[in-house]
Amino acid sequence: MDRGGLLMWRDALLVAGKDLRIEFRSKIALNQIAPFALVVLLLFAFALDPDRGFLGEATPGLFWITVLLSTLLVVQRSYAVEAADSGRDSLRLTGLDPAGVFLGKAAAVFVVLALLEVGLAAGVRLMYDTSLRGWPVLVVASLAATTGLVAAGTMYGALAAGLRARETLLPLLFLPVVAPVMIGGTRAFAAALDGSSGEGWRWCGLLITFAVAYVALGMLLFEPLLEDS
Amino acid sequence: MEPVILLRDAVTVLGGFPALAGADLDVWRGEIVLVSGPNGAGKSTLLRLCAGLASLAKGSGRVLGFDLVRQRREIRRRVGYLGHANGLYLELTAEENVRFWARSAAAPAHDDVATLDRLEVPTRWRSLAVAHLSAGQRRRVALACVVVRRPDIWLLDEPHTGLDGPSRDLLDGVLREAVAAGATVLVASHELDRSAALATRTVRIVGGVLSSTDEPSDGSRGTVDVA
Amino acid sequence: MTTSAQVETPRRRRGRNERLATTSSRFTRALGVIALLMGASALLLALVISPPEVTQGDAVRLFYLHVPLAVAGGYLGVGLLAVGSIGYLWKRTTFWDLLAASAAELALIFTALTLLTGSLWGRPVWGTYWEWDPRLTLTAVLFVLLIGYRAMRTASVDPQLRARRSAVIGLLAAADVPLIRMSVDWWRGLHQTATLNPLNPSLDGMMLFTFFWSMVSFAVLFLWLLVHRFRVAWLEEQLADRALDEAIAQRRAEAPQTP
Repeated sequence: MDRGGLLMWRDALLVAGKDLRIEFRSKIALNQIAPFALVVLLLFAFALDPDRGFLGEATPGLFWITVLLSTLLVVQRSYAVEAADSGRDSLRLTGLDPAGVFLGKAAAVFVVLALLEVGLAAGVRLMYDTSLRGWPVLVVASLAATTGLVAAGTMYGALAAGLRARETLLPLLFLPVVAPVMIGGTRAFAAALDGSSGEGWRWCGLLITFAVAYVALGMLLFEPLLEDS
Repeated sequence: MEPVILLRDAVTVLGGFPALAGADLDVWRGEIVLVSGPNGAGKSTLLRLCAGLASLAKGSGRVLGFDLVRQRREIRRRVGYLGHANGLYLELTAEENVRFWARSAAAPAHDDVATLDRLEVPTRWRSLAVAHLSAGQRRRVALACVVVRRPDIWLLDEPHTGLDGPSRDLLDGVLREAVAAGATVLVASHELDRSAALATRTVRIVGGVLSSTDEPSDGSRGTVDVA
Repeated sequence: MTTSAQVETPRRRRGRNERLATTSSRFTRALGVIALLMGASALLLALVISPPEVTQGDAVRLFYLHVPLAVAGGYLGVGLLAVGSIGYLWKRTTFWDLLAASAAELALIFTALTLLTGSLWGRPVWGTYWEWDPRLTLTAVLFVLLIGYRAMRTASVDPQLRARRSAVIGLLAAADVPLIRMSVDWWRGLHQTATLNPLNPSLDGMMLFTFFWSMVSFAVLFLWLLVHRFRVAWLEEQLADRALDEAIAQRRAEAPQTP
């Protein structure tokens, strides 16, 4: 690997380490975002009659909607820590490799979101009485879908960062873009839970395509986002 | 030889307002230049422009030989900028903040500890989250984050604000050391008596306009033609 | 250091003003006449001359508007948005930024009309205004993506920041379209709903001609509107430049003469 590539990975590790350390200290994801996800699961039970088996049938969709909403919060938090001390210049001034910054921030968000998904899976198992089957598809689909969500989220978080309308702009920009992840994740889960893994793998293919595309786009396009004044 | 900072008719626009309306400035290696001027004159914007943070709307500029429009990333990684905001990560400790900046600049190992020692940051603060430190203590940590990067150009916006007497002397000492080691310093301040003693030259900016393409005070180097 | 606004001669100023007064030129006037004639003839063909379809009856006439609107907005509009965005990120000039912005705005309008004509057509044919047809779903997502692009363009007053971020959003949105297309196609693959397939050999020759004539007409109409939208944006940019020049001159005038 050439020197630039090495620097990119070094910078990615540095940024990811810093973000995870901040998360570990503040425990915002654990104390606020995870409970939020739990509340959403409860709300779905209120909205859909829990006695008629809707919840079990709708589990794939409800799971991914909850993940999607939580992604918004994790991404917002990831950029809020950059502006916490009323300065947004640190990441730019460090002169870190832009692709490295992108990968680092995305990796930290990935770790938080993946842990959250494990908790959510336990939540739907217990609360919606959904029996989880087809583990290989579930795991691969989750990893691919989360990578895609995180890559897109990190891009759109940076795109909205520093603007006065950032809280409202982020969902408007992010949610339509991840429509393929929502569809793919839901279909893959539904297929796995139905025991038709062949169908599930096809959707995994779509999720992996999305993830690869957005990771590549993020690495290419993060630099202009770090230039902003 | 080219000045390390060279601005010609530089204009910077912030939200439609020309905060800098035409700045001409030459700063030579080894100078400590004090930028003075009333509130709203454009001091902070001038520093942000030189740091590669604010963009150049008109005119031209080069910092350390890099173009202020096309090579801002090269500039950013070589300058040390301390703005009004400290820009620290509040959840991290003082030590962790300094280490992050040290690593990002690929500074030698243990430079972070040495820097905290040099700035006389007491050991008991170092493992505290920055959020728990006082304003003056945070300012010193923020300074340490700049010092640890060993920048070629130091751009300090009101660095003395919030510091007590001994801390100010400490800062002046650090700056003199840096200049002796070949760095250049640009300080924006309206505390003239404090900073003037430190500075080798003072330039005045008013209404976003600045014109200082004179020779450095020691007169050893010539000026370049106005482009 | 001279202030350009003061030394400029009155005559030159007036000349510039006259040039600023209109967005049309001889070329665009000709293009406009052609576009309007083509549009009118396409409408005439679609709504009056072409025969009703066997199963859909007169409802098929809406299709001659719906599909060309979708193609002009979706393919031409989003394609030019992508071209403008890439161009800006590469060249960093206002031209590409404004090209992307103008294309996105027209694409938004064309996509809205696509949705409108689509649901009007769906009512008699499907019995409902909305069907989760893959293409209609794709159009709906595209519509929201374009609204997001527009939201970014109004979210900042800094022209460079706006141009940079908009270009990234435009590129990401354009890259997303094939992925959305693939996902909704698979998603609704088993629910293929009634549409009009121009490759269907049973299609009457007149219907086929109407369909393609309408396609070309709407594309020309799109390009004509695009030229004008772009020029309006360009003039706005010049106006902002002039306002900035005045603001700079004013700020300089406030500053006392420094030695």
